[in-house]
Amino acid sequence: MDKTVNHKAWFLVLPVLVLVAFSAVIPLMTVVNYSVQDTFGNNEFFWAGTEWFRDMLRDDRMWDALGRQLMFSAIILLIQIPLGVFIALNMPKKGFWVSFCLVVMSLPLLIPWNVVGTIWQIFGRVDIGLLGYTLAAIGIDYNYTSDPVAAWITIIVMDVWHWTSLVALLAYAGLKSIPDAYYQAAKIDQASRWNVFRYIELPKMMGVLMIAVLLRFMDSFMIYTEPFVVTGGGPGSTTTMLSIDLVKMALGQFDLGPAAAFSIMYFLVILLISWVFYTVMTNLDRQEG
Amino acid sequence: MAKITLDNLAHSYLTNPSGEADYALKELNHVWSDGEAYALLGASGCGKSTLLNIISGLLHPSKGRILFDDVDMTEASTADRNIAQVFQFPVVYDTMTVRDNLAFPLKNRGESPQYIAERVQQIGKMIGMEAQLDKRARGLTADAKQKISLGRGMVREDVNALLFDEPLTVIDPHMKWELRTQLKSLHNEFGHTMIYVTHDQTEALTFADKVVVMYDGRVVQIGTPQELFERPEHTFVGYFIGSPGMNVIPAAVEGMTASVHGAEIALREAFEPLRGKVEIGVRPEFVTLTDGNGLPVNVRRVEDVGRHRIVRADLFGNEINIVASEDTHISPEMTRVTFDPTHVNVYVDDWRQAGKAA
Repeated sequence: MDKTVNHKAWFLVLPVLVLVAFSAVIPLMTVVNYSVQDTFGNNEFFWAGTEWFRDMLRDDRMWDALGRQLMFSAIILLIQIPLGVFIALNMPKKGFWVSFCLVVMSLPLLIPWNVVGTIWQIFGRVDIGLLGYTLAAIGIDYNYTSDPVAAWITIIVMDVWHWTSLVALLAYAGLKSIPDAYYQAAKIDQASRWNVFRYIELPKMMGVLMIAVLLRFMDSFMIYTEPFVVTGGGPGSTTTMLSIDLVKMALGQFDLGPAAAFSIMYFLVILLISWVFYTVMTNLDRQEG
Repeated sequence: MAKITLDNLAHSYLTNPSGEADYALKELNHVWSDGEAYALLGASGCGKSTLLNIISGLLHPSKGRILFDDVDMTEASTADRNIAQVFQFPVVYDTMTVRDNLAFPLKNRGESPQYIAERVQQIGKMIGMEAQLDKRARGLTADAKQKISLGRGMVREDVNALLFDEPLTVIDPHMKWELRTQLKSLHNEFGHTMIYVTHDQTEALTFADKVVVMYDGRVVQIGTPQELFERPEHTFVGYFIGSPGMNVIPAAVEGMTASVHGAEIALREAFEPLRGKVEIGVRPEFVTLTDGNGLPVNVRRVEDVGRHRIVRADLFGNEINIVASEDTHISPEMTRVTFDPTHVNVYVDDWRQAGKAA
């Protein structure tokens, strides 16, 4: 059968194009517009070229924030991925407890970001928070408002609490899709528990784990609300992540040009690192295959 | 290698089985003799795989015991039983090479690298995959993967038994024959106890010394192919083995005569009065179409299947099949059949009845 060619059909996608234009393309272009111009008020703009970009690249403040951001993402990936897989491996495979576990696991995922932040902000307080008070009572010097290490531990534990479930649920879905015959064959072949994990479960989970790594990387790299609510980026600027810094620059200081240049580079870095992850992991997959 | 004894074994997938119908595998006593090759034959869903999984320890039976050489192994793990099993659909370790796949069971048992290398090479040759030993297993076709599964099953020499669960389903016909021959020669060479599950009677009859026929969770007959052919203990065995299957015709039996709608058929034995559903069974090979005396039939069609012809006919409303040799002349006047009395069996409620020899 021949395909019907009717160019009028293009009009059918017009509503989507208009929506996407207003929700994404036009705002993005505004940012691009700001990044190459300067203003002294009165809504008058001057062409600045790549000035802001060069400025930002010379700015220690941005490099420090980027360093902290990379460290944060690396730490939470190193904790959440193995921990999520471990939890998934130990979840029941059938019966009543499956639904129980699934519901309990999804709960943190359903809580809004700022609420999570507030919960931990209060939880960790030395005067009234259960965690902070208990730690102080047993003699551990813990104060996330003055000690950078304590602040870092708090936001990392908070993120692990909030997002490990996602990794666990994805890994669990991957595990559930493995046919019984594989486990039976492994038993017949007298494979150890580790070998079952290494040669059956891990390879079969690779696909979902790749999605988990990408999601968790992108999300953690853009984290804003929770550390903002808990530490406000402090003490000093020790927990100031890229997005917190960006908001300070754009809305606190109203430096639109540098902030716009910063945004674009931020976006490109996320894109670049995600691409690297994706390429490396699919290659790994192919080599294994 | 071991003799495997099933002692009052039964299995239900329900936690609280109430009646016999709840059992996927009905109570069973059987000894699998050491070093024999068995075929386990039956329709899909009759409990064959259940039985196999119980022997290998993948499944714990609801009732009864399983003994290897008179040692109770009911509670032993699959690893302790040291059994090889090949499943219907290929299971390969995707990330490993073919070589590593074949070596895996040996490595797990801590064999020496030198022995492993030799043995893997040998098995690779046996399954015809020597050239692909260093390829990743993932990209291979289904039948290549299944050959790897078979190879992994055969690689250990010291196994107590080799179990095959319809292993050749995904293999193409030419290779099927080849692999079956390999399995047979492997059996002749090493004398492993082998149990081969299949629903293909040709496969069962060519592979095994003894065929075990299962029906509805029960073993209905164990015997040589010859016994299954001549004296099916259950009408199911009659249907299932032979092509076409045995003719089963409702009849009344008295003494040495069976009667079907008033027509009399001679039997080789004498019977006491029988209660229940009485039928006679006779294989198409022992029915002769004739223009002389006999029971009246309506011939519906004649099929030429090469070596012989199959006559499909109607006997008092029952379908009846007749196998006629290629050189017999079939004419329209042939409207009667005769049965070879030595091959007419009598069944009551589907089970064969033994009569008194005349």
